[in-house]
Amino acid sequence: MKTKRTASVLGIVAAGALVLSACGSDNNTAPASDNSGAPAPTATAPVECGGKEALQAEGSSAQKGAMEAFSAAYDAKCSGQKLSYTSSGSGAGIKQFNGGIVDIGGSDSALSKDKGEVDAAAQRCKGNPAWNLPLVFGPVAMPYKLEGVTDLTLTAEVAAKIFSGAVTKWNDPAIAGINSGATLPDKPITVIYRGGESGTTDNFQKYLKAGSKGAWTKDAGKVFNGGVGQGAEGSAGVADAVAAGDGAIGYVEWSYAQDKNLTSAKIDSGSGAVELTAESAAKAIAAAKIKGEGNDLVLDLDALYASNTAGAYPLVLATYEIVCSKGYDADTAKAVKAFLTVAATDGQATLADAGYVPLPNEFQAKLLTAIGAIA
Amino acid sequence: MSDFAKVGRPATRETGSRGSAPNTAPEATIPPNPPDSGPPPAAPKVVTRPGDRIFRTLTVGSGALIVVMIALIGVFLLIQAIPSLSGNQASFLFSRDWNADPAALAFGVLDLLLVTVFSSVFALLIAMPVSLGIALFLTQYAPKRLARPFGYIVDLLAAVPSIIYGLWGLYELAPALKPVSTWLNDTLGFIPIFATGSSNLAIGQTIFTAGIVLAVMLLPIITAITREVFDRTPSTQIEGALALGATKWEVVRTTVLPFGRAGYISASMLGLGRALGETIAVMIILASTSQHFGFSLFDGGDTIASKIARAASEFNDPRGAGAYIAAGLVLFVLTFIVNAFARYIISGHKEYE
Repeated sequence: MKTKRTASVLGIVAAGALVLSACGSDNNTAPASDNSGAPAPTATAPVECGGKEALQAEGSSAQKGAMEAFSAAYDAKCSGQKLSYTSSGSGAGIKQFNGGIVDIGGSDSALSKDKGEVDAAAQRCKGNPAWNLPLVFGPVAMPYKLEGVTDLTLTAEVAAKIFSGAVTKWNDPAIAGINSGATLPDKPITVIYRGGESGTTDNFQKYLKAGSKGAWTKDAGKVFNGGVGQGAEGSAGVADAVAAGDGAIGYVEWSYAQDKNLTSAKIDSGSGAVELTAESAAKAIAAAKIKGEGNDLVLDLDALYASNTAGAYPLVLATYEIVCSKGYDADTAKAVKAFLTVAATDGQATLADAGYVPLPNEFQAKLLTAIGAIA
Repeated sequence: MSDFAKVGRPATRETGSRGSAPNTAPEATIPPNPPDSGPPPAAPKVVTRPGDRIFRTLTVGSGALIVVMIALIGVFLLIQAIPSLSGNQASFLFSRDWNADPAALAFGVLDLLLVTVFSSVFALLIAMPVSLGIALFLTQYAPKRLARPFGYIVDLLAAVPSIIYGLWGLYELAPALKPVSTWLNDTLGFIPIFATGSSNLAIGQTIFTAGIVLAVMLLPIITAITREVFDRTPSTQIEGALALGATKWEVVRTTVLPFGRAGYISASMLGLGRALGETIAVMIILASTSQHFGFSLFDGGDTIASKIARAASEFNDPRGAGAYIAAGLVLFVLTFIVNAFARYIISGHKEYE
């Protein structure tokens, strides 16, 4: 009697679990955003599918959304070929690439000569240099949560003051001065930064240094040096923390701010307040210059950060894929070339929906040349 | 006397009979000394058989293995830490800043230690009374049919992985605690432990939330051991108290609690040891901060374990890594002291000898 009852209870639980596991919607697309102003680049290139079936890439969490879009496009173009991306931060990505554990490293900062990363990568690539190929530009938003304030403008100077603790309240005259229309509450500012090493932090600090006319006195670097606020783990953690706390402000890659429906601050770089849209970011990207040699396409973003073009949102980071120029085995080289070609062509069309800005045409041309040279 | 002989005790023999066949003759047992028979006979040799020797070797070996492992871990920690400690430009034990950059080592473990001890003690203070209540309920008040499944459920808390606790704490408990934290901060903010700290309490990634999650993780450990201890209360004492007319609570107060006190304290110390070393849950819940620890429940920060875990993926330089391992050494020593203290408390009590 007892066994029958226990067995029947177990049976009901098992059946219930099976039924509930069927629940769930297939509609997992992210909310569509207004990205009509960013056209994808137009060049195409032949793709030779084949080679290693499961490519491994690891690194920056800022490009996670983009990598997912690329890998979906890759799978569609070359069926059976996959790329899996682990988002563990730019520092970890470079380390894993230099250690030969992953095929492609994803990083928001180029390989650093000072830290020995360039040499370590050359060693991994059997004596050949590693190239930094920027495949996607991700705008960095400054999301904030402030009850009653839906429109906030910041300059690089005021942002530097906020993120270094010089300005601690929302109704400080420095902020009120550039937001003449808004009534700012008397609340303390909670700064949320990325804990750990992050390429997003590196680019944000570079922006503050280049654009704030001396208000940012700390160094740039992958670790946040502002000395104020609390750290969150990963881009998702920053977005979650900002969403949870009234009076919080942080910096995070645009796609994460969009996922959580956070309002982002507008940036006034001297020519009026500019909201972050795909158009304004694309306008800023046109000012980026390449400072790398040959096929190593490292970008010089300082000119971009210090620029004050009207209608351009200057806080944009370039995310690099770090690959070996030579030194892969034949299978891996073929698959890496195929993936990168798809990412630079078909994959760009899907980036706008994921919250990234597609490559301008001139960049794409240079990129395709570099990809073609991978052996 | 002869009844003793009928029980199958291994016989004792004179010299020269080690390892021989088992003795079945009951007459070979030693007769007890008559009171006036003169000096006692020489101590008899103990018979050992191969089974004895093998078993003894295995048990001694296991014990020695544990000691060797602990010693090796200690030596490993020391060897990795010493180069960094010698290159340290700040006072290791008293500096509150942490900079493990190999080019400019200046790290001090004081802040980490304070946060570790503070959050663990807070968790223990919450967990101890609750565990005591659960253990008393399960052993004294609950009907036997309810006690067993309820005991299983409490033990189930120990089976939940600590990362699940971390995620639950971050996504569910932190927002839920917001009204409590805000009330505590507003009304009792003049007391230093409730003052505004370095972590925004609306977001909830504070020592307060982490401490409560730690307390939930400690509950099954303290409850399991305390329950065992309370079960061992001699029934004669309980019956005696009942015979004298004590009520249920008076029975508990006069017999169960005094008897079980030492075991309860040592169970709590074990729980404290667990809380001190808890890594993943704290890493997920507690927000890191650049400000020093201000002895407030609403501070953020890092415990020693979570600081090491956060930096673990960046251990490429031995001198930088050595700084973290030095902090780990401090935690190792602290946990050792806590556990030694727990052992000391029970060592004075004959019922556990």
